[in-house]
Amino acid sequence: MYNASDLRKGLKIQIDGDPYIITDFQFSKPGKGQSLYKCRLKNMINNTIVDRTYRSGDTFEKPDLSERKMQYLYNQDNEYHFMDVQSYEQSMLTEEQVGEAKNYLIDNLEVDILFFGTTPIGITVPNFVNLTVTRADPWVKGDTSSGDSKPVTLETGYTLRVPPFIEEGIKIQVDTRTGEYVTRVKE
Amino acid sequence: MTSYKSNLWSRARAIQAIRKFFIDRDYLEVETPILIPSPAPEVHIDAIRTSRGFLHTSPELCMKRLLSSGHSRIFQICKCFREGERGDIHLPEFTLLEWYKIDADYMDLMEECEELIRFVVREQDMGDKVEYQEMEIDLKGPWDRITIKEAFEKYSSLTLDECLRTGKFDETIVTEIEPQLDKSGPVFLYDYPSSLAALSRLKKNDPGFAERFELYIGGLEMANAFSELNDADEQRSRFVKDEERRRRMGKEEYSFPHKFIEDLRQMPSSAGIAFGIDRLVMLLTNSPEIDQVVSFTPEEL
Repeated sequence: MYNASDLRKGLKIQIDGDPYIITDFQFSKPGKGQSLYKCRLKNMINNTIVDRTYRSGDTFEKPDLSERKMQYLYNQDNEYHFMDVQSYEQSMLTEEQVGEAKNYLIDNLEVDILFFGTTPIGITVPNFVNLTVTRADPWVKGDTSSGDSKPVTLETGYTLRVPPFIEEGIKIQVDTRTGEYVTRVKE
Repeated sequence: MTSYKSNLWSRARAIQAIRKFFIDRDYLEVETPILIPSPAPEVHIDAIRTSRGFLHTSPELCMKRLLSSGHSRIFQICKCFREGERGDIHLPEFTLLEWYKIDADYMDLMEECEELIRFVVREQDMGDKVEYQEMEIDLKGPWDRITIKEAFEKYSSLTLDECLRTGKFDETIVTEIEPQLDKSGPVFLYDYPSSLAALSRLKKNDPGFAERFELYIGGLEMANAFSELNDADEQRSRFVKDEERRRRMGKEEYSFPHKFIEDLRQMPSSAGIAFGIDRLVMLLTNSPEIDQVVSFTPEEL
């Protein structure tokens, strides 16, 4: 159980049976009045945003959240399937729940799947993932409009800008937090 | 590192200017004990307990006792402590300026507030305008004055009575009134409902309201002031009621401030004000967070 004074940015609380994360938090206390805790909350299941103001004395359930190491298996009809590396149990997330992470999902990639109770609701991919370039146009010298980079497409379908020397078939490392090129991977 | 070197210079200059302002006006600078046995039993202000008493949440009770003992104009700049107050403009340990004068009321303090801030700003080599968070604030007087009743009529979706009945007064102040107050100049919000004024005198011709004001500049609440209640019996019964509310809310119980109540019988008609120094420095240095105007925050220790 949390009290209003525990509220802060990043804390996860349960409201009306759903897990929420506090994305913005403001403490205020007018004059000699009571403490007010203004929160912007994101529903961790459907990503809807709500604004609530709480007061001292309010209490909150801790949501039953846990993470499990799973391997990415395959994607079918916009459903992404994963397998628990220990129990071999399988779970599924929708394309919406997978979000940006789909740009980095290659077969057998080990990821963290977030569960609310027994329901999978989210995914965290490793900070760095190595992916193969499947399409790269030759760099046009003198094309100053694009600077020192060119676009390529990766095996997941993700496109990003890379230095001119990256060619088709080369493996590169991508920072999944920014979606940007890090380095060429030597094999 | 969240404190900025130049802000500490502004802070020091502001405090030196405040001292000069009051000394020039024949105010006596006083120090009263920080460790006290009996904080005022205010419903929403919680003192920090130590093994030998409490840290004061404001020097108010001791300063009023000094008025009772014959001092007529006093000021103090001191650290105060309040449990659980931490946010963009709150620190659990913060610096308060309080000043009290006899034969004065809250309207006199509004004027003195204006003069003080204009003086401090001039001593910082700033003009009569300050820029705060992309707002240009004109400090030339007279500053806007709006009663709580008018503010609720103008800005609130619920009436003042509805808010008081349903316990939504504070929430409405924060979410509807404060954001809509005119920020092109300072604003005095005044005449608070009598139920929200533990230590202030009620208006003679309208006892539903108390002679209390709050000063806002650039959306920052800077000061809280009243014409002081000096009816000891009335003060005792208000404290007893507030103590009872604190008990029902499961809050820390303090010992009753009997000596303050006794001394109140000798206190002349007076007015007093608590003014947040950290927030004034935020304004002077255009800082959005209180963390930027102190040498260290509690988290940095």
